[in-house]
Amino acid sequence: MTAYIVRRVLVAVPTLVILIFACFFLMQVAPGGPFTSERPLPPQVLANIEARYGLDQPLWKQMWDYLVGIVTRFDFGPSFAYRDRDVNDIIAQGFPVTLTYGLISFAVATFAGMGIGVAAAVRHNTWLDYIAVGATFSAQALPNFVMAPILVIVFTWQLGWLPGGGWNGGQWQYLVMPVIALSTSYVASITRITRSSMLETLNSDFIRTARAKGLPEHRVIWRHAMKPAMLPVVSYLGPTFVAMITGSVVIDVYFSTGGIGRAYVDSALNRDYAVMLGVTILYGGLTVLFNLLVDVAYAWLDPKIRY
Amino acid sequence: MPGSIRRYGTEMVHRTEQSERIIEALAEGEAIRGRSLWEDARRRFFRNNAAVGALICLGLVLLFTVVGPLFSQWSIEEIDWARMGDIATEGHPSVESGHYFGLDGLGRDLYARTIQATRTSLIVGVIGAFVAVVIGTLYGAFAGFVGGWVDNVMMRAVDVLISIPYMFIIILLMVMFERSFFMLFVGIGIVSWLDMSRIVRGQTLSLKNREFVEAATTAGVGRFTIILRHIIPNLLGIVVVYATLLVPLMILVESFISFLGLGVQEPNTSLGALISEGAGTVLYGTPWQIACPIFFFLVTIISLFFVGDGLRDALDPKDRG
Repeated sequence: MTAYIVRRVLVAVPTLVILIFACFFLMQVAPGGPFTSERPLPPQVLANIEARYGLDQPLWKQMWDYLVGIVTRFDFGPSFAYRDRDVNDIIAQGFPVTLTYGLISFAVATFAGMGIGVAAAVRHNTWLDYIAVGATFSAQALPNFVMAPILVIVFTWQLGWLPGGGWNGGQWQYLVMPVIALSTSYVASITRITRSSMLETLNSDFIRTARAKGLPEHRVIWRHAMKPAMLPVVSYLGPTFVAMITGSVVIDVYFSTGGIGRAYVDSALNRDYAVMLGVTILYGGLTVLFNLLVDVAYAWLDPKIRY
Repeated sequence: MPGSIRRYGTEMVHRTEQSERIIEALAEGEAIRGRSLWEDARRRFFRNNAAVGALICLGLVLLFTVVGPLFSQWSIEEIDWARMGDIATEGHPSVESGHYFGLDGLGRDLYARTIQATRTSLIVGVIGAFVAVVIGTLYGAFAGFVGGWVDNVMMRAVDVLISIPYMFIIILLMVMFERSFFMLFVGIGIVSWLDMSRIVRGQTLSLKNREFVEAATTAGVGRFTIILRHIIPNLLGIVVVYATLLVPLMILVESFISFLGLGVQEPNTSLGALISEGAGTVLYGTPWQIACPIFFFLVTIISLFFVGDGLRDALDPKDRG
C-alpha cells in the first residue's frame, strides 16, 4: 500500500511540474504580450517595465524563478494588469467563495447521486426506477450554463424567492441556485453510474449467498453490496471534481458571487497572463492532489488493486 | 435456413460428397446470406424507438441549419434599426416582421443567428469527435499493440494530460493566440482524443493475442500494417459508439467557452454565446432570446445522447441488460 501511494506521488509531482512549464512556455510563444499596445512605448520605458517583471532575464531563468516561487513561497508573481495587486491577492480574495459553494456542490452531487442511484437499483423496475432513469438521462444535458439562467427565470423572475446573484457572506439564499446549477448534471451522471453498478452487484453470486443465508435486505445492501458497488462511483469523483472547478467559472460570472472565476475571465479578456497562469496552475494542482486521494481511496476500497 | 448450414458441417461422411454439398451451399449462398455484424447492429438500432426518434430529431435540426437560411430575410449582422429602439415590445418573434425568432439584444435577427450558432456547434462537435477518432485510435492502438516500455511511456503521458483541467488550457490557447474557429478546433482537438486513446488501448490489448493477429504476424505482415488492417477494423464498433457520445461533449465544451465570451468572435456566434446573451437580458422581458438557443441546444444534445446510447446497445450486445 505504501509503495503504491509513493508511486502515485511520484507520478503526481512531474505532472505538476510539466503543467507549470507547459503553461509558462505557452505564455512565451504567444504573439504579443501584456505590454503590447496600440501606441508603442519608448524603448527605455518598455525595458524598465520588463525589468520590473523580470522579463529581461533569459528564458530558463524566468521559468526557474517562477517554479521556485510557486513551490517554495506559493507565490504566483505580480499581476500584469493591476499594478498594485499580486496574483496571490486575487486568488486569496476569490478562492474562499469558490471553495465554499464548490465543496457544497461536490457533496450534493456525490451524495444525492449515490442515494438516488442506490434507491433506483434496489427498487429496480418500479416507478421510482423509471422516473430516476428518465429524469437523469435528460438532466445530463443540463450543464451549469443552461441551468443557471433557467433557475433565475423561475426562482427570481417568476417566483421572486431567491436573489438572482451576489454572495452576501455566503447566506443560504445566495448559495441555493449556484449549488443546484453546478451539481444538476453531475447528480444525474452519478445516479446513472451508481444505479448500473449497484444492479450489477446485486446480481452477483456473493449477494445471492448473503440472501440465501437469511440476511435482511438492508443488511445485504449496506454490508455486502455497498462497497463493491461504489468503486465506479469513486473513480468518477475525479472528473466530478474537475467539473466543479471548471463550472465554478460560469457560476462566478453569472451569479456574481465574487469568486475566482470572475477574476479569471477578466484576466482572459485583459490578456493578464500572470493571473490566468496562476489560476490554471492552482486548479491543476488541486486536481492532481484530488486524483491522488481518489487513487488511494480506490486502492483501499478494492482489495484486487495492487500495482 | 441456418439449419441446413449446420447439417453440412456435421455430416462429413464422404469427401467428394462433402465438397459437392459445399458447392451446393455456395450456390445457395445468395438465398441464405448470413447477417453481418453491422447488419445485425442496424436491425437492433432501428428496433430502438428512442434512438430512431432521436435520429429523426437530429436530422430535422440538421435540415434546419441547411435549409433554414433560404427563408431568412436578414443576415446575422444586420441591425433592424426600425425596431431596435424597443426590442421588448417590437422585437418579439413574428412572421410579419420577418424575424421568426425575434430580435437579439442589439436588434439583430435571432432566426439567422440561431441557425448560424447551431451550425457552429454541430461543426465543432463533429470535428472534435473526428480528431479524437483519428488521433486517439492511432495512438491507443499503437501503444496497446507495441506494449512494453513504449506503451508505458505513452499512457503515462495521457495520464498526465488527462489530469489537467482542460477547459483552462483551451481558454489559455484561445486567449494567447487568436479567438478563431481554427484555434477552437486545435484546443478541442488537443483534449478530445485522450479518453479515446485509453479505450482503444484497452481493446487492443485484448485483441492482439488473438489467432488472426498471430496468423498475420506469421505471414510476415509488418507491425504497422497489422495495426491498420487487423486491429483498427476490429475496434470500429467501440470507436463509433464513443465518437457519437463525444460529439455532444465537444458541443458542451464549446458552448461553455462561448458562454464566458471567450469563444468565436462576433459577428459569428454559437449556441453558448446566444444562451449567454439571452441569460443576460432575461429580466428585460425578452424570453425568446434565451428560449430559442436553449431549445436548439437541448434538442441537439439530448438527441445525440439517445443516438449514442442506441448505437452502444446495437453494437455492443454484451452490454444489453
